[in-house]
Amino acid sequence: MTTSNYATERETTEGRVFTVTGGDWDTVVSSTDPINDERIVVNMGPQHPSTHGVLRLILELEGETVREARSVVGYLHTGIEKNLEYRNWVQGSTFVTRMDYLAPIFNETAYALAVEKLLGITDDITERATTIRVLMMELNRISSHLVWLATTGMELGAISIMLYGFREREYILDIFETITGLRMNHAYVRPGGVAQDVPDEAIVKIREFLKMMPQKLKEYEDLLSGQPIWTERTKNVAVLDVTGCVALGITGPVLRSAGLAWDLRKTMPYCGYETYEFDVPTHPDGDVWGRYLVRLAEIRESMKLVEQALDRLRPGPVMVADRKIAWPAQLAIGVDGMGNSLEHVAKIMGQSMESLIHHFKLVTEGFRVPPGQVYVGIESPRGELGVHAVSDGGTRPYRVHYREPSFVNLQALPAMAEGGLIADVIAGGASLDPVMGGCDR
Amino acid sequence: MTAQDKPNDGGVPLPVTPAGATTGAPADYPPASPAGRGMFGNQGTGDVSGYGGLVRQRQPIEEAARPYGGYFDEVRDALEEAYPAFGDAIEKVVVDRGELTLHVRPERIAEVCQVMRDDMALRFELCSSVSGVDYLGADERRLHVVYLLTSMTYRRRVRLEAAVSVESPHLPSVTAIYPTADWQEREAYDMFGIVFDGHPNLTRILMPDDWEGHPQRKDYPLGGVAVEYKGAEIPPPDRRRSYQ
Repeated sequence: MTTSNYATERETTEGRVFTVTGGDWDTVVSSTDPINDERIVVNMGPQHPSTHGVLRLILELEGETVREARSVVGYLHTGIEKNLEYRNWVQGSTFVTRMDYLAPIFNETAYALAVEKLLGITDDITERATTIRVLMMELNRISSHLVWLATTGMELGAISIMLYGFREREYILDIFETITGLRMNHAYVRPGGVAQDVPDEAIVKIREFLKMMPQKLKEYEDLLSGQPIWTERTKNVAVLDVTGCVALGITGPVLRSAGLAWDLRKTMPYCGYETYEFDVPTHPDGDVWGRYLVRLAEIRESMKLVEQALDRLRPGPVMVADRKIAWPAQLAIGVDGMGNSLEHVAKIMGQSMESLIHHFKLVTEGFRVPPGQVYVGIESPRGELGVHAVSDGGTRPYRVHYREPSFVNLQALPAMAEGGLIADVIAGGASLDPVMGGCDR
Repeated sequence: MTAQDKPNDGGVPLPVTPAGATTGAPADYPPASPAGRGMFGNQGTGDVSGYGGLVRQRQPIEEAARPYGGYFDEVRDALEEAYPAFGDAIEKVVVDRGELTLHVRPERIAEVCQVMRDDMALRFELCSSVSGVDYLGADERRLHVVYLLTSMTYRRRVRLEAAVSVESPHLPSVTAIYPTADWQEREAYDMFGIVFDGHPNLTRILMPDDWEGHPQRKDYPLGGVAVEYKGAEIPPPDRRRSYQ
């Protein structure tokens, strides 16, 4: 037998291992033993275009059938929870926004709600701030679901939907940029309220978006819903019923696609969601197709919520009145980017020594949070996003833990994939909508 | 009872304490946040203002008195009725900020979870979150495991908290009752070195397999290097002067 430069093999305790980096496929195939090597182990990822991020899957295959699937996570671990313990409470929002990069507003809001609960100021948050939070969260839910639609379409071979989904999502990111100054990683929702008020031009943009979007949604449905390849790849694929979901802790659209209308906005309301009119879409089948329909329906529900939030926006403060907590300055755009407004700088530098001291104390030292622990759960696009925050009475978080839906939901992958075809691993994994930045934190 | 004489009930090799589980990381650093001691975070001399010597009184978290209010009394009564060993298993009941916390003896945690899930009056079907907290310097059993259970039927939430020491960081795994705890317990093991006996595959999940120490313990330093910026040396975050 001649040695090949491309395909090499070696014996290990686990059996024969082949390293395939090119060359002749026949050479590789002929060197396997068809009787003893029916099972092959395929390592998929961590850098793989279809694993939805830096996720590594180890698949044991018999032919094209997956016998065992194990997911390996941690490649995007950045120690955000540990880092939070070395910054003050307000600075925390700049860290948590970077966890789940497709749903930054949700990370921030969950964090802000937890800190406010620790401070005992939940009821003092102004009406306008809460409405803006709802508005931003629902826009964010739409953009997150659009990325899900886009990437899942791409992974199942529908490239047009990928381009369309990202195009419309870009529109929402534009709105975010108008409001917060940044497309992503906003640090906009802060303990006590939001960083700055919504400008009028953003309202115009949101209205335009609401007008444009129904037509686009119809386009997506025209492209996908009747398409034989799409239905073949999604119907009865990666089925997980309600029992399986609850046991594995799966929440969000995946649970609702199995038929249980569990949505924290309805069942354990926060931010005044109980006063809004909207439905919780469900689907009885618990397959990828159901998850697709549920997410599309959720985009429509979110648009209803955005519309209602816009109608409710009344002029008013966007930060708590308590001067010991509220950020002392309004933010404004200057020639060198966003910062404290010029009036505020003029006041603290030229007119009022007390204001300067106050600003300095609050910005460098931060506020103290009474000791204790709280848990706040909100409905993110992927399910229950929970924050367990512990304070020891200091100016820094003692411990903040994120119950990340991406992390918890990924546990369902073996249950969905084992016994199915390898192609359905992609469909099933994508239908969970894991975002690895959130999963690994 | 130590790890060595505990029955091996879930196929998990127990005898050897994992590397770093007891030692953690080099403990040259002061605890991350000694709130209540001083104001500026510097120990020893250096602070001439006198504020560094301030000692604030901390309110200890006290056992709540009946009635707790809301559904908390119902939950307690139902658990007391369904679980005969209640008095032995529950160390303390705390109601704070509208949340109910049951402090559970660590070796009883799996039994309590079983009752919480299966009793018709409790029905906590979903284990929302499992996380660890390190109360270094504040508690003899400094590693706390915090479980957040959700009843989808009654729309209730309850927190269970179990405390273990660094010397014997063992408590039963709840994966057999709540399969969703699998990865979350692995994370708590990875980050705090808490060993969940009976877990099917207790390995690191976020950190690399060969990592030493448990990063989220309070005596594990944050790390980082000083950075030069416009001629000045900016120390890493955990070495900067800060308020406590």
